Amino acid sequence: MKPQPIVLKVLNVASVLLFLAALGMVFLYAPLEATMNYVQKIFYFHVANAWVGMLGFIAAAVAGVVYLIKHDQKWDIVELAAVEISLVFFIIAIVTGSIWARPSWGAYWTWEPRLTTAAILEMVYIAYLLLRQGLDDPDRRARFSAVYTLIGAISVPITFMSIRLFRTIHPVVIGTNSTASQGNFDMTSKMLATMFFALFTFSVIFVNLFWHRIRLGQLAQQVEQLKLEELQ
Amino acid sequence: MIAVKKLVKRFGLKTVLRGLDFEVQEGEFVALLGPNGAGKTTFLRILASLSRPTLGEVRVAGYLLPAQAAAVRRNLGVVSHLPLLYGELTAEENLRFYGRMYGVLELSQRINEVLELVGLTSRRRDLVRTFSRGMQQRLAIGRAILHDPDVLLFDEPHTGLDQDACDMLDRLLREVAGQGRTVVMTSHDLGRVEDLASRFDVLSRGGISASASRNGLGKNNLLDFYRQALAG
Amino acid sequence: MNRPQTTDHRPSSIVRRPSSGFLNAIGAIVWKDLAAELRSRELLSAMLVFALLVILIFNFALELDPLTRRVATPGILWATFAFAGTLGLNRSMAVEKDRGCLDGLLLAPVDRSAIYFGKTISNLAFMLIVEVVVLPVYSVLYNTNLFNPGLIVVILLGSVGYVAVGTLLSSMAVQTRTRDVLLPILLFPVVIPILIAAVKASSGFLQGLALTEVMPYINLLIVYDVIFTAVAYMVFDYVVEE
Repeated sequence: MKPQPIVLKVLNVASVLLFLAALGMVFLYAPLEATMNYVQKIFYFHVANAWVGMLGFIAAAVAGVVYLIKHDQKWDIVELAAVEISLVFFIIAIVTGSIWARPSWGAYWTWEPRLTTAAILEMVYIAYLLLRQGLDDPDRRARFSAVYTLIGAISVPITFMSIRLFRTIHPVVIGTNSTASQGNFDMTSKMLATMFFALFTFSVIFVNLFWHRIRLGQLAQQVEQLKLEELQ
Repeated sequence: MIAVKKLVKRFGLKTVLRGLDFEVQEGEFVALLGPNGAGKTTFLRILASLSRPTLGEVRVAGYLLPAQAAAVRRNLGVVSHLPLLYGELTAEENLRFYGRMYGVLELSQRINEVLELVGLTSRRRDLVRTFSRGMQQRLAIGRAILHDPDVLLFDEPHTGLDQDACDMLDRLLREVAGQGRTVVMTSHDLGRVEDLASRFDVLSRGGISASASRNGLGKNNLLDFYRQALAG
Repeated sequence: MNRPQTTDHRPSSIVRRPSSGFLNAIGAIVWKDLAAELRSRELLSAMLVFALLVILIFNFALELDPLTRRVATPGILWATFAFAGTLGLNRSMAVEKDRGCLDGLLLAPVDRSAIYFGKTISNLAFMLIVEVVVLPVYSVLYNTNLFNPGLIVVILLGSVGYVAVGTLLSSMAVQTRTRDVLLPILLFPVVIPILIAAVKASSGFLQGLALTEVMPYINLLIVYDVIFTAVAYMVFDYVVEE
């Protein structure tokens, strides 16, 4: 087993430090929002989680396409890693979104386009994992997974567009017109800086986790290989 | 007619065929023997263009696989232990369907010929679902030779047949093979292939471990030859 | 190495042609599916009975009084089509898999996409037959006039997209261990755009909205149909070849 590369070790430390710094910025540096008070703090992590989910979604789509072109098993490992990370971070984003939504919209869940699309994307990911579970031959599993990733990568943005279309033609009538009820607020420059710092932090965390997960996949493959050699 | 050089087939990490060399001259009837799980079916599926070789060169009827798969398929008939027939269609309709898929000209006349050959003319308008296993297998042979291929591949064609049906199938196999076609047949039943094949190859440990022609093999020696091939 | 010359010793009545023709192969598959189905009626009867049961269940689940009906009809119709559709798609592919017929199709010297298009057209035919029966039955049961040219167009476009993705995914699902349950799970999350657009467009036509208000959804359906037919055409090889 290869030890962790030095860059990965640096990333481990950087992730922890950056995360602590981001927490500090959110609670100590960013000002308190006028109408929502402390609840608004979750916004920074909510956006950052959704951002990581988005990165994972894109990475999975790219890995899927590359697999279909190259037929190299390592892209299957990358694709699975990206899907798993995206799945987890979108769940966190949905939960933090709900916590945000309760005071600002008055309900934990609204059928808002982004939220709904995130939920549907989760369903695609779960279907993806069930598909993998039903296939034993690793080559076929990789091909089918890549095809399904591609189908999902195309359909999910169209889903988002169609829900948006439905919104623009039928504007929201429930609730008042004030910006607060829509969940909007004016961001000060300090808030903006905090948000971008959180985004940066979570991007680093994403790279770090992604790397670890790919490494795990490779190690699992090596174990599989050793088992086979032992049997033969 | 068939030339395979250094064929490697992997399923994920599992290597089934490791550097297999195999050659068949025109008009030969080769029985491919070997224990279950030796990779006989895998090898036959590669020859049939249904599975891609991982490495190595495979030529069937003069064409390279998988690059010239369409040309190979036009010169290839396959009979497997599954009938590859539609139960809800009649014998004639099944042949008509496959004839159209292969673009067979003067199809009606050819269907009559084939039905006559496999002895199913009287049952031509009956649903295949009502056929016995033996009749289905005969029709499957008719389907395989409908487009008059040069190469025939039989994958355990005797599976699930009783003694009489087996004998009948053997007569038919001998007849279609006798028309100058090249045949490769897998089997684990030595008694069945003893009188059929002109050459016996043993597939084990991912390669052809022994090969002997009928003439080079004295009477009753097939079993000894086979055991030696597996042991050595 | 040149192709070896075969000697003329076989009673051969056929002359080889360079190719069997793409359209001919599609036609053969569609003919085969329809002929088999016309005889057994297994798939269509299952789809139809199931569709009627779904409508019946909605009747009790939603208390379909005249007012609710106006709003709920498009949704009920499309939920019915989607549910009955998976039943048909699953069965249509299982028939190919069970007796090894899929290998039989793959052994034919035609482009793999001919198999995809053949199966897609058959599946579309089954779906449309079910819809043609369900619509008048629904009209009679709920005293709602569904004979609307716009609605027909929406049903056609929606079914094309549904079947285009469904045929691809069912040929994947049928090769898994969990084949009986997997198809709807794979299919529904990715056909949501169709369901949204089809329901909205259907209700637009039924409520007599202006065409400009319905057009965005029609366009969305067309875009979806084109994209997914093209994608399925490109990736079908990966799904059937080893």
